[in-house]
Amino acid sequence: MSRLTSGVPLHILALLAVLLVLLVAAPALLGGYGLSVLILVLYFTYVGQAWNIMMGFAGQLSLGHALYAGLGGYAAAGLYFHYGVGPWAGVVVAIAAAIVAGGIVGYLGFRFSLAGVYFALLTIAFAEFTRIGFDNWEWAGGSGGLFLKVERNVFDVFDLRGGPVLFYYVILILAVGCFVLCRALLESRLGRYWLAIREDAEAAQAVGVPVLRCKMLAVTISAALTAVAGVWNAFYYNNLFPETAFGMSRSIEITLAPIIGGLGTLFGPFVGAVVLTGMGEIFTDISDRLHIAGIKQIFYGVALLVIVMYRPAGIWPWLARRLGIGERRP
Amino acid sequence: MSGARLEISNLGKNFRGLRAVHDVSFAVPAGTIHALIGPNGAGKTTIFNMIAGVFAPSAGAVAIDGRKISGLRPDQICDAGVGRTFQIVRPFKGLSVLENVTVGALHRHPRLPDAQAKAEAILHGLGLHDRRHQLAESLTLPDRKRLEVARALATEPKLLLLDEVMAGLRPTEIDVMVAFLRELNAQSGITILLIEHVMRAVMALAAQVVVVSYGEKIAEGTPSEISRNQAVLDVYLGEEEVA
Repeated sequence: MSRLTSGVPLHILALLAVLLVLLVAAPALLGGYGLSVLILVLYFTYVGQAWNIMMGFAGQLSLGHALYAGLGGYAAAGLYFHYGVGPWAGVVVAIAAAIVAGGIVGYLGFRFSLAGVYFALLTIAFAEFTRIGFDNWEWAGGSGGLFLKVERNVFDVFDLRGGPVLFYYVILILAVGCFVLCRALLESRLGRYWLAIREDAEAAQAVGVPVLRCKMLAVTISAALTAVAGVWNAFYYNNLFPETAFGMSRSIEITLAPIIGGLGTLFGPFVGAVVLTGMGEIFTDISDRLHIAGIKQIFYGVALLVIVMYRPAGIWPWLARRLGIGERRP
Repeated sequence: MSGARLEISNLGKNFRGLRAVHDVSFAVPAGTIHALIGPNGAGKTTIFNMIAGVFAPSAGAVAIDGRKISGLRPDQICDAGVGRTFQIVRPFKGLSVLENVTVGALHRHPRLPDAQAKAEAILHGLGLHDRRHQLAESLTLPDRKRLEVARALATEPKLLLLDEVMAGLRPTEIDVMVAFLRELNAQSGITILLIEHVMRAVMALAAQVVVVSYGEKIAEGTPSEISRNQAVLDVYLGEEEVA
């Protein structure tokens, strides 16, 4: 614990504690709409953080992370739907499936030195042909989808059945846990090796970094964490379709919060998720008033463009400097 | 820390029919400093890359203290006790100077605080300690050269391969680097093999000089012997005044 907080100024720790208290108290403070927005923010924080391990820390671009979220969601939802196996057992299978998938994608890419966009293409290809496979897999409901019974009025932690408050606390614990895990990783040998690989893999290997092993750990850890988000997602929305679970837009959506917030930073995914979700809600509201179909997407696209043009390193590094906090991009 | 003996026997490398290195053999006894010189394109860096494991030799072998290391991966060769610098410097640009050296130190000191302490000590020795919190990309070229040496030393090698670390340094800076390396060698007994064009440094440091030209060894001897060797003068030193 002391290692985790060492070097962090006291007033920052205090701010983090206040933020945590506010988040814990949020269901009592917010209405149903506010809570549903905050749930989205935390979901994108969590899965963005998971993706950030690969891209922000180890410098490996994955544009197919929907693969791991989708496999996780289908594994846990399928086990629950067919055999009544609860999601806490299902999540173990989900994680195992994602680790195997991540291991295959990673080994093919890293062993044969596919770099940059070529590796990204490989990740897209795997997500796409998994999508096509699930379209034709009866057990998983095929292209017609897999549906769980909606039970919003219970509060069943063991089967993860219940209303928004239950899902809020689960995703809050996941997001905080992932944040702490990422901090611990960055302050470890593995984390520093990832940063070295991101900067220059050949130079890293010359000073003893086992590059292939470290990259494999990045992809499997990232995939495992993403699979947990997939399980949560499946039980929160109660439905799964190959088109959405493995689709390109799901993969892109996972990458946006850390890119907008600040790649490779711990707080970037959260800041990015707040900005993106907030923007999404505001633009939905505006376009509802304007009665112009599709105007929301245009607003959203323009806003993203402006942010990426003026803050290419993300909002958080800039914001942190202005606030005098200065989480450096490690 | 102590030095290791490097032995290179009948080393060869072909790149798609291009013979870059052919039948090169020499040894560097533990604790000594040797230099590898030769005209541009003679194959010096190729020999370094084979020692460091960037690619496997087409023929022959490299051994450290009698243990064959050719064929191993670069990180395994680092583990065997070989540290190297890159001719074209390759700092981790987005990381601070301290973090650059810490990555090297983590190899033998898995706990981050230990590695950082080790890195700080090395940065003191190389006069980079004041700049430890700067990003590596903000360093001047001479400082980047020093950073290369610091990062390699952080892995606590028994054999240090230095690829033109003097290039781009001013004469006074060369003297400082020469003094540092001589002191390092005297204190720790580390074996050093350097590729160098700066004759001032070669003469001051090397006990023995190996000369390669067109991928083959053409001479080996003390600096003063080499400076009188006719074959060497013909291919290489003819254009340069030797002290």
